[in-house]
Amino acid sequence: MEVIIENLPLYWDGLLRTLFLSAVSGIIALILGTLLAAARVSPVAALRGFSTVYVEVLRNTPLTIAFFFAAIVLPRLGVRFEQFEVAAIIALSAYTAAFVAEAVRSGVNSVPLGQAEAARSIGMKFGQVLTLIILPQALRTVIPPLINILIALVKNSSVAGAFFVLELFGYGRQMANANGDQVMAVLLGVAFFYLLLTVPLGILASTVERKVAIAR
Amino acid sequence: MTSVLYDVPGPKARRVSLIGSVIGTVLILGLAAWIVMTLAQQGIFEGRRWEIFIRADVWRLLGNGIIATLSAAAIAAVIAFPLGLLLCLLRISLVDWIRIPTRVVLEFLRGMPVVLMMLFVLLVFGTNSFIAVVAGLVLYNAAIFAEIIRAGIQSLPKGQREAGLAIGLTSFQSRLLIELPQAIRRMMPSLVAQLVVLLKDTSLGYIVAYGELLRAVQVMADFLGNAFLFPVFFVAAGIYIAINICVSRLAVWIERRGSKKAAGGVAKAVPAEAPTAK
Repeated sequence: MEVIIENLPLYWDGLLRTLFLSAVSGIIALILGTLLAAARVSPVAALRGFSTVYVEVLRNTPLTIAFFFAAIVLPRLGVRFEQFEVAAIIALSAYTAAFVAEAVRSGVNSVPLGQAEAARSIGMKFGQVLTLIILPQALRTVIPPLINILIALVKNSSVAGAFFVLELFGYGRQMANANGDQVMAVLLGVAFFYLLLTVPLGILASTVERKVAIAR
Repeated sequence: MTSVLYDVPGPKARRVSLIGSVIGTVLILGLAAWIVMTLAQQGIFEGRRWEIFIRADVWRLLGNGIIATLSAAAIAAVIAFPLGLLLCLLRISLVDWIRIPTRVVLEFLRGMPVVLMMLFVLLVFGTNSFIAVVAGLVLYNAAIFAEIIRAGIQSLPKGQREAGLAIGLTSFQSRLLIELPQAIRRMMPSLVAQLVVLLKDTSLGYIVAYGELLRAVQVMADFLGNAFLFPVFFVAAGIYIAINICVSRLAVWIERRGSKKAAGGVAKAVPAEAPTAK
């Protein structure tokens, strides 16, 4: 127990870095994922094809491989990063965007047909139908799944700790090595701080699911 | 292809769409060409870098990596599923002092990065890395399986359980004989989708130094020299992704088959959720 209290500043720093990684990758993934979902339902065949292939490949890529590519393969191909955080953010947001795209697409499918038909019948174009009518409704129904994706993102950011980025998991590994006799306490401390992030998000997801989302 | 989102394109819209497609394709091809050029400048396409794939020992190492990956996934899945069933039964138990602690344990397991559990088992129990990987996968996925099956049971019509109780089954018998079989069938697509996640997560074994596919890549790159990192990585990632896509397709196939068969039956299939991000 003492080891946790002694290292509290490290835990706190790790928590903030995990939060930073997740927040930045989360925002990029939400934007990129929504664009991919829009491309997936668009009338332009090339966009549809690109989006389909991207989502299919990235969803079936293990995150560790994405990280390995961004942090180890890319630098040896001449793409140098000042900080490994950049590599981590690239890997995390590219991976998560595929899941966001799938969630948003299923949200688009959940909007009743009549909505799109009504919008078209009053003369709206594809872009207007999507941005004014479909997406606002779709995003509301996909809020709970999106929060679940963000929870997974927070947990996934731990993989960055193994690829030269110091965040909660990375610090945990360091501390476990430094305090060989109290490994259990150290790692339970790390677990506690992860739960500090994921459990409130989980509660938020179920509350939103009950209150905000519209039942169909 | 028609969609409810836009009108059947007329001649003008078709032209715009065609131009858009051409520009999009050109952009994507341009990006691909740029990547290929960059790679070529690094000498990636020199024959000598790919000649290593003629060598049997390279394939043997890759093969060992694949076997290590698949065996960890298979053993973890075989243990995690019954454990998930058990946890699910405990989670929906009518007895408070069984249900509430199980719920806490499940929340704990679900809110934790898998790699942290692997590291925990590895360091605290001092096991070898294979056991650490399998234990981490089992703990996490059993919790997910339990939640999936619970969702399945909750989605059953109430009458199922009531009928079971009415013919004199005990609550536990009704769960086991009436509700579970239907719930498992109903949630089959989600369960298989979770198997893809499990398979993907075996790659976390790389972090706890388990000799799976990615570790084999690293070992070969260290041994043969950095020049061979890209070819080996490229092939290994391709194999990994191909295996995962196959299992994902299996999930989709089961979903289609299930919804055709069960349509109109008592256990009407619900659309499966897309595989959750781990």
